[in-house]
Amino acid sequence: MTEDGAPILTAHRAGLLGCRSCGRVWPEDQETCDRCGADLVPPDRRGLQKVWAWWAAGLIMYVPANLFPMMRTQTFAGLQGSSEATILEGVVELMHYGNYDIAIIVFVASVIVPVAKFLAIAWLATVAGRPATVEQAHTRLKIYEVVEFIGRWSMIDVFVVAILSALVQLGFVASIHPGPAAVSFALSVAFTMLSAQSFDPRLIWRGLPLRSRTGTEGQD
Amino acid sequence: MDAQDSFDLTTGRGLMACPRCDALHVEDELQPGETVNCIRCGGVLAKPRGGAFTQLIALSFTTVVLMMGAIFFPFLEISRMGFGNATSLFGVGMAFADGVLLPLVLAVMMMIVGLPVLRAFLLVYTLAPLAQGRAPYRHAARAFRWSELLRPWSMAEIFVIGTAVALVKVAGLATVHLGPAFWAFCALILVNLASRGFMCQTTIWDAIEDAGLHTDGREMVPGRLS
Repeated sequence: MTEDGAPILTAHRAGLLGCRSCGRVWPEDQETCDRCGADLVPPDRRGLQKVWAWWAAGLIMYVPANLFPMMRTQTFAGLQGSSEATILEGVVELMHYGNYDIAIIVFVASVIVPVAKFLAIAWLATVAGRPATVEQAHTRLKIYEVVEFIGRWSMIDVFVVAILSALVQLGFVASIHPGPAAVSFALSVAFTMLSAQSFDPRLIWRGLPLRSRTGTEGQD
Repeated sequence: MDAQDSFDLTTGRGLMACPRCDALHVEDELQPGETVNCIRCGGVLAKPRGGAFTQLIALSFTTVVLMMGAIFFPFLEISRMGFGNATSLFGVGMAFADGVLLPLVLAVMMMIVGLPVLRAFLLVYTLAPLAQGRAPYRHAARAFRWSELLRPWSMAEIFVIGTAVALVKVAGLATVHLGPAFWAFCALILVNLASRGFMCQTTIWDAIEDAGLHTDGREMVPGRLS
């Protein structure tokens, strides 16, 4: 089964069900994994509903996250003006003061990464289970892994707001308060993380011909 | 082990399915230091490391100790025109504590403090008996599964980057000094990385099973893969 060039057998094809949490293989009618206690789910396109549901929730929360201010800065009890900044305004402000590197970090973490994540998950969920070549499957798996890894980094902006509003409480001189966008942005990031986690990467490989890749030695 | 009876295609005994691509593999005894990749998608299936359990336990304790320091020591100190403010992590959480933003506080505190500590406890609970070669505690499997489920939600390292951004943002407004808790957090990242290097879920699952956790009585060879 694992010799070079031999066809690969998947658990699904063998009439078995693999546990996504610990890898243990069970008969197809088993519902929970007896070893780790996780629910066993077949690699099925029906599971994508969950992905889409979290995805939509994340997208909905992303709208107020961009329209409302992330934080409100008050200097001299509002005498020198108080300013409210949305995510984008925050980036522009950083650039205005010449902090281009930090501006880029914030821009990437709170604008590019979330948008790219929405697109990537939508694309993965659309093409999942469709026929594909081995190369395409590897690309998709890579994209999935990147999405899963990078999603949490969008939380940076929420933490920045949290730190600033705790720190900058200088009474009369300056104070910073969190705005409503902080909550919706945090929720948006959490929902898209859940969406990415509900995506079953085994679907990527469903439409593939079951032959071994050349040049890969299989052990175990 | 004889290939003939080492696995069973009707019940799945002795087989492992890649969690990423569903390809079936025959379970085999591995030597510490070996790394096994999936034949189909190339993902790492197992990478047992010698003494990993002891290391993971030690690193978990380190996490808890550092986290104690990180919570209560001042994190950042700020001063402007004689007005000063030092904040601990606790203060960061409390900043949101008024009214509607309370859920956000809880979530933020969970992600940067609660979950890393909880995961450390769960890991010690799972691994401590295994490292001594005794039977795992009750619900060890559940503890370890939860520890793995919570992994993406523990965000201490992201918080440190957030601090760097916050520092720059506030630099124009006032003078800022880093407190000891900040450095504790940086150390936490290193501990986290080291812990990840020793972590091999497959090995731990096998060890939980081999050490006598009740499953369906088809456990494999007892006592191996430290």
